[in-house]
Amino acid sequence: MQRFILTRVLQAILTLLILSLAVFLSVHATGSTADFLIGPETTEADYEQLRKNFGLDRPLIVQYGYFLTDIARADFGDSFLKGRPARDILMSRLPATLQLAGVAFLLSVIVGVPLGILSAVKRDGFLDNFGKLFAVMGIATPNFWIAIMLILLFGAILGWLPTYGRGGFTHFILPSFVLGWSAMAGMVRLGRSSMLEVLDSEYVKFARIKGLTERMVIWKHAMKNAVIPLLTFSGLTLAGLLNGSVAVEVVFAWPGIGQLMLQGIQTRDFAVVQATVLAAGFFYIMTALLVDILYAYVNPRIRYD
Amino acid sequence: MESTTNISTSVSSRLPAWLRVILGPNGARRLPWIPLTIMGVLLFCAAFAPLVSPHDPIKISMSNARLAPGENLAFPLGTDVMGRDMLSRLIYGARTAVFISLIALGAGGFVGSALGLLSGYRGGWLDILIMRTADAALGFPTILVAMIIVTLLGTGIENIMLAVALTVWARFARMIRGDALSIKALDFVTSARIAGVSTTMIIWRHIFPSTINTLLVIASLQVGQVILLEASLSFLGLGLPPGHPAWGIMVAEGRTVILDVWWLSLIPGMTITIVVLAFNFFGDWMRDTLDPKLRRT
Repeated sequence: MQRFILTRVLQAILTLLILSLAVFLSVHATGSTADFLIGPETTEADYEQLRKNFGLDRPLIVQYGYFLTDIARADFGDSFLKGRPARDILMSRLPATLQLAGVAFLLSVIVGVPLGILSAVKRDGFLDNFGKLFAVMGIATPNFWIAIMLILLFGAILGWLPTYGRGGFTHFILPSFVLGWSAMAGMVRLGRSSMLEVLDSEYVKFARIKGLTERMVIWKHAMKNAVIPLLTFSGLTLAGLLNGSVAVEVVFAWPGIGQLMLQGIQTRDFAVVQATVLAAGFFYIMTALLVDILYAYVNPRIRYD
Repeated sequence: MESTTNISTSVSSRLPAWLRVILGPNGARRLPWIPLTIMGVLLFCAAFAPLVSPHDPIKISMSNARLAPGENLAFPLGTDVMGRDMLSRLIYGARTAVFISLIALGAGGFVGSALGLLSGYRGGWLDILIMRTADAALGFPTILVAMIIVTLLGTGIENIMLAVALTVWARFARMIRGDALSIKALDFVTSARIAGVSTTMIIWRHIFPSTINTLLVIASLQVGQVILLEASLSFLGLGLPPGHPAWGIMVAEGRTVILDVWWLSLIPGMTITIVVLAFNFFGDWMRDTLDPKLRRT
């Protein structure tokens, strides 16, 4: 177990380093800070001095070292549009994204898992057919489009729900549904197939022969094994939601990091882009790591692989 | 799979194995006609966009602006705020979607399969390196990858293709590697090696042909996702310039005027959904027909 955790942690650190290198090189390739600051009257000597001040005359590997120590201290530089450290902007936006992703995740678990399980239990029944349709549509519908259509229906035509910005409980309904739909779809599909597999197993047959009530068989015996694949999937879903919210945040004017990331790209505000991409990547890698460790804890077979 | 090919004696044995399975006695009856028709219409529109579309997709004509679908039969699906014909824009949008997806998927599939074959056949540190990279790429959210590419290289159609290719190659690499691993243990590969056939030749002539089924299955399962990804990136303004006929851009253009000109976003969004559904159903069918062992995953 310890060996497994150690390997996974090392892998996570390696992935983080690769991500940071990609970001470093991309910022480097799009032009140096000194190029942004020179004007028509800047002399060659001034330019060299600027490069020296920023440490741009050092070898690339040394610059990368500085870059790493900076991001280790969560120093991503200043946003040149807002004149504030990119870290502060990131931190002010982070809660909104985390909340939205959290609600969407809860929704996908609360709706998706029972729907998937029930679909399998009452195979080819009404719920199963509904679940299939729900899942198939959730995977094929573009989330930015369904967001606009729901705004039109519930916001403009019916006037039931607020359609933009962050606020009370009602503000969460549309964005979290849109963000969570494809995750719910995945849960329904996986929950269904996993439950079907378990229901087919010997021990469930035995429980039935033993004369246990159907309710006991399904919710106590079969359920336990059916949720194991869902556990891994839900972890990856959560991580995916954190990053997949760009389009949803844009459509619902949700003040989160997805929107910030897009604005950063549109205005070429590198400090902001760097901060958001690194933060999103960091969250993703950390969640994946936690899920793997949790999974190994639940499923002993993995540990000795 | 062997049992299926044996039954289909009526079909010419000169056809490739995967085509024989599809056209075989069990195949043709169960062909997914609805998805195939939708895909056919899409490909036809993409190939012959200038001939099929009734109007110029980018010609602005303010006198015809904001016509609702059915209001004027010269513009069956209506016009946008600048009087551009929706139907023509949809048809040219099909061309954009097909063009980007085919190239991106082709490039990703080619690189992924090549790396998968190499990884499975050679093994060792090369295998570990390729598979670790593939795992990292598979786990990473696609939009984030695309954002990094766009930050790195700027917006543009070729960068969208690159972003899409970078997110799909790993799936090919993983599956093809699995195939290559099991095929390389077979006797005919060993005999080829003993006969002194070069590694490149063994991979190309002996191993690759046996992976074609898997390749086709993954490719068809990926098309829908690739189209969705392209639409998302276009919607966010990370790909083609504004005004260009692409479905994602059309949805974005309709967004601000959704209350008055509701069809602007509705129609392209429905088109994306229908096309993606068609490809997803077709992909499922391909998997069930060609590679039943993949059904569970």
